Amino acid sequence: MLLHQLFEESARRKPDKVALVFESARYTYAQLDRMATQLAAVLQQRGVQRGDRVTTYLDNGLESVVSICAALKCGAVFMPVNPLTKKDKLAYLLNDSRASVLIAHSALQAEFAGALAHNRSVHTCLVVDSDGAAWPDERCIPWPLANGESLNFTEPATIDQDLAGIIYTSGSTGDPKGVMLTHLNMVSAARSISTYLGLQHDDVIVCVLPLAFDYGLYQVLMSFQVGATLVLERSFSFPVKVLETMAREQVTVFPGVPTVFSLLMAMKTLRSHPLPSLRKITNTAAALSEEHIRQLRDLFPHALLYSMYGLTECKRVTYLPPDQLDIRPTSVGRGMPNEEVWLVDEAGQRLPNGSTGELVIRGSNVMRGYWDKPEETAKRLKPGPIAGEMILHSGDIFRTDAEGYLYFVARKDDIIKSRGEKVSPREVENVLYGMAGVLDAAVIGVPDAVLGEAVKAFVTFKPDWPRPSEREVIKYCLSKLEPFMAPKYVAFVDELPKTDTGKIKKTGLA
Amino acid sequence: MQDIKAAVRAYIVDNFIMGGEATFKDNDSFMAKHVIDSTGFLELVTFLEDTYGFVVEDDEMVPENLDSLDNIDAYVRRKSPA
Repeated sequence: MLLHQLFEESARRKPDKVALVFESARYTYAQLDRMATQLAAVLQQRGVQRGDRVTTYLDNGLESVVSICAALKCGAVFMPVNPLTKKDKLAYLLNDSRASVLIAHSALQAEFAGALAHNRSVHTCLVVDSDGAAWPDERCIPWPLANGESLNFTEPATIDQDLAGIIYTSGSTGDPKGVMLTHLNMVSAARSISTYLGLQHDDVIVCVLPLAFDYGLYQVLMSFQVGATLVLERSFSFPVKVLETMAREQVTVFPGVPTVFSLLMAMKTLRSHPLPSLRKITNTAAALSEEHIRQLRDLFPHALLYSMYGLTECKRVTYLPPDQLDIRPTSVGRGMPNEEVWLVDEAGQRLPNGSTGELVIRGSNVMRGYWDKPEETAKRLKPGPIAGEMILHSGDIFRTDAEGYLYFVARKDDIIKSRGEKVSPREVENVLYGMAGVLDAAVIGVPDAVLGEAVKAFVTFKPDWPRPSEREVIKYCLSKLEPFMAPKYVAFVDELPKTDTGKIKKTGLA
Repeated sequence: MQDIKAAVRAYIVDNFIMGGEATFKDNDSFMAKHVIDSTGFLELVTFLEDTYGFVVEDDEMVPENLDSLDNIDAYVRRKSPA
């Protein structure tokens, strides 16, 4: 089974069912399928072949959904990039993946035009909402679906070992790594998750998370897999609006991250927005506090709450069955269906229940590796129990209780989790070192009530260099990094603590 | 109350404009133009409350009030005593 066939199957079964609701527009399965096939034909006409990378650089919306389906249909590999990404990083992603196609929104022109100026691999850039304007780069053409002409589409010979998607994730080295996921990987993950959540065709799933984030992406994939209706929101910027939409559409499933739930709980009038249809709330990316768990259950007593833990490298790892929430509220549960997880010691030996060690994952959901990064891949994918198979080393330390339920302890690397997104301190430090006058920079995460962790930078400037304001440093970072990566705090110090070998020592910074 | 748009624009340029390159018109959606992201709107609300001395109620946190300079201008005028 190929990933897009999950969707096509639903379109065949119930062509007239509403598949997608976005900003009060409704699209049936048949309509979406037709649009995706049409775009796939355009991509083929532009020379896209099996295995080529098709990058989307779009806000949540009709086009982001259609683009993913279309890329898969023509045998290409879709690569969603967060629209908050700045031009230098976008150029890096396009170059690193050697993308053939970029699908971007016209509002992001300053960034994608800047990125294209440093890229040669992209031969076609489809611009959404382009108003027929002339583009500085001759590779840019308007998003083609408005004219409605039908083109010939040739089904490619894709198999489930082919790549379906590449999702970039922050790495401790500072260079984002492309997680390669096959059709088999993604179909397996979607099936396992929708099975334990018990998703059904009559579910209405709201998605406020960006589709460039795999948690958001899988809401689309799973909704289409089970033939449900997806209510897609651009963001969670205006919680009242989202709540109104959720009530109107009688949403049954609400996936969020702790920051989303914090924003929700901060609303004084939350109780005036009852959501009687809500059946399931899911949380991942970072742990919910026990207080938030209590409040959510109090507000939505009829909804089941799922605490989950995942990694882009295998999508989801664990979930806590809701009936265990009272017994072990701080556990992220156990492995999901059709997946085996266990803890290992430093030597890679399997540990019994009640131990602390690195979590490893075995299953069809485990990635194929990091794109073009064999050394990074070898650190995470290691031989498993059966000859020839690879298991994923999560890089996260967990402990288990006597019954094998998992509790997060710490990361092995220094990645920060802010708003549920991974932030590589190295990536931020690299940007800071690019600022004129900066001598040394060290970035850490500090606790934050809404963000989980906030990014804090310690910076030393050259002697006699006019020191900028905190705001100027933050703005400089915002010009290079996604907003969730930019420091919230900047501390100016005369000197940073160093080890004997001259490396900056972060222990003790706060 | 003359300079609501100028004051809010200055605040946004100072705090959100990434690298100072992006420009936006008075009726541009901050969201669509990627001027402000979700946590940015919370900071904007705090700025409005501190500057104009009223409380932004939950139900007023909607694009119609906050998602462009024109909308903010009209909203602040409605909320402020004459």
